[in-house]
Amino acid sequence: MPQIFHHSTNALAKITIYGAVFIIVAALWVAVELNRSSWNTGQWVERQQPVQFSHKHHVGDDGIDCRYCHTSVETAATAGMPSTAVCMSCHKQIWADSPYLEPVRASFRTGKPLEWIRVHDLPDYAYFNHSIHVQKGVGCSTCHGRVDEQPIMYQAATLQMEWCLECHREPEKFVRPKNRIYDMAWRPVNTNSEQLAEGFRLKAEYKIQGRRVLESCSTCHR
Amino acid sequence: MHSTAPVIDPGLTFASVTDKISSIVLKRKTSLAWFFGFAISFALFQLMLLTITNLVFVGIGLWGVNVPVAWGVDILNFVWWIGIGHAGTLISAILLLLRQRWRTSINRFAEAMTLFAVAQAGMYPIFHLGRPWLMYWLFPYPNTMGIWPQFRSPLMWDVFAVSTYATVSAMFWFVGLIPDFATLRDRARSKPFQILYGMLAMGWRGSARHWHRYEMAYLLLAGLATPLVLSVHTIVSFDFAVGIIPGWHATIFPPYFVAGAIYAGFAMVLLLTIPLRRFYGLEGFITMRHMHNMAKVMLATGLIVGYGYIMEAFFGWYSGNKYERFMIWNRMHGPYSLYYWALILCNIIAPQFLWIKKVRSNLLALWVISFIVSIGMWLERFVIVVTSLHRDYLPSSWGMYEPTQWDWGMFIGTIGFFFTLLFLFIRFLPMISIFEMRTILPEAEVEE
Repeated sequence: MPQIFHHSTNALAKITIYGAVFIIVAALWVAVELNRSSWNTGQWVERQQPVQFSHKHHVGDDGIDCRYCHTSVETAATAGMPSTAVCMSCHKQIWADSPYLEPVRASFRTGKPLEWIRVHDLPDYAYFNHSIHVQKGVGCSTCHGRVDEQPIMYQAATLQMEWCLECHREPEKFVRPKNRIYDMAWRPVNTNSEQLAEGFRLKAEYKIQGRRVLESCSTCHR
Repeated sequence: MHSTAPVIDPGLTFASVTDKISSIVLKRKTSLAWFFGFAISFALFQLMLLTITNLVFVGIGLWGVNVPVAWGVDILNFVWWIGIGHAGTLISAILLLLRQRWRTSINRFAEAMTLFAVAQAGMYPIFHLGRPWLMYWLFPYPNTMGIWPQFRSPLMWDVFAVSTYATVSAMFWFVGLIPDFATLRDRARSKPFQILYGMLAMGWRGSARHWHRYEMAYLLLAGLATPLVLSVHTIVSFDFAVGIIPGWHATIFPPYFVAGAIYAGFAMVLLLTIPLRRFYGLEGFITMRHMHNMAKVMLATGLIVGYGYIMEAFFGWYSGNKYERFMIWNRMHGPYSLYYWALILCNIIAPQFLWIKKVRSNLLALWVISFIVSIGMWLERFVIVVTSLHRDYLPSSWGMYEPTQWDWGMFIGTIGFFFTLLFLFIRFLPMISIFEMRTILPEAEVEE
């Protein structure tokens, strides 16, 4: 009886069987990595806005406080987007004729608000409230990154649930003193136990709840 | 006289065993009856696909499930199908380790039945999720949500129990097939089939070293599969027993479910082998000895199940708990009492006829009893799932449950899918293990 398979099939069979293990592991690893990549999360991707607004210029160079524009951040769920009037409070005087600002003036003339593109967009099934985070010592830059260094805004974090839980599980590593909330330069330093003790002290001072509450499903999914 | 019938027709030889079984796959002209049966099964399989498609687009509101009966026919069908599979594992693993030689004639077929039944069973919980495309969330993997599945939930254990069961059953079945694939490869006349069976045979040459390793691997797999006979349905029963619902929260559930699974499984094996052996002329391989043995296993497990029912009623009374008492009263006299009494009739009364040797020898009677038991086991799960849920602790949340046409569509559809796979199996694979049958021939006995 003639051979059905060429004798090279032996080697091929062994390669496929043992290779399958590596191929499956590699495929799983690629899937896990892609899931967290900026290709999937949109992290680091700069969003073009209707106006060429630079946070770097306004925050970094001019030193305008976050709350000048995002007025409701301490009291409401949303930080609040400034109305065109807020822009015009300065730009009536300075750069009043700049062609870059024509969309702003047009909005002011017609009363039609500027349609900003939301950069940090949480899914609708996640309940998020800015005011509680600010009140409990979470500063802007913890989630939004160094806004004072971003000419065009980008999403600074993955916004994936594991990222939220990083802080919800160990808030002592992220909370800061109340007077540093709007300080872009503040960095969490947890390299030694003394600095971590400061975090625990703040956690107690702010009466931040334990993991039972912060990790409970219904804290964020209501 | 029948109970001492031989395990295999003594007139058979090595050559005739191989020839008879392999010719069903290779030589025998595919009969019209096969095409007819396959066409019907395949049509019903389309019904399943239609139901699932509609279900995915519309949502599980298509089914009759709602508060308070949030587990309906879908979950009971899951339990029913997975129970059926248990006979295959019992026959192939436990009876192998116990050196019950009669298992050889039916193990291949029973294992195939197991595998196909588990395939049906697995679909129900996945589609019950409502968003089946997220089913991989059930597995613990480094996900971006930063959380693990709830390891304290028996539903989570179910994921492991059923997926392990499916994997080990598939491995066991495939490994058992390898020497037979080689036989088919060597006997096939057309090139595509030679290549197909050749690839599946994985280079099997039948050398002494091959056989040595093979026997070892097969025994190890049997050892792995043995605890599954007990563990899988135990964990399925935990889905109920861990919940604090009257009628579910009972310690008797694991053994009672395992016995029920084996009971239903053997009923299904009989239901399928009786017509098959007749149709393909396999009376020499699957003899009356097998029929008797399977009937006896069915009777024994049926009695255990009956004991379970009695204990359930006893617990209800003895607990002194008004909810437990009401539950058992409601089962017997409530709106679903018809199901309860039908279940008692099917599962306790019907198998009592198996005490009689004449009934065990009458294939038609045996087939009818197996059919009744299969229905009875379905009713048992209906009674457990529905009657416990529809009368909650609070009368304000009481309700009724009625399966919709889509519930039936899914059930009938999975039966179609099951038979589709079975028809393909008997057409393309040896439904009886050729090499193992040769070992039980008188010729194979070696004198030392």
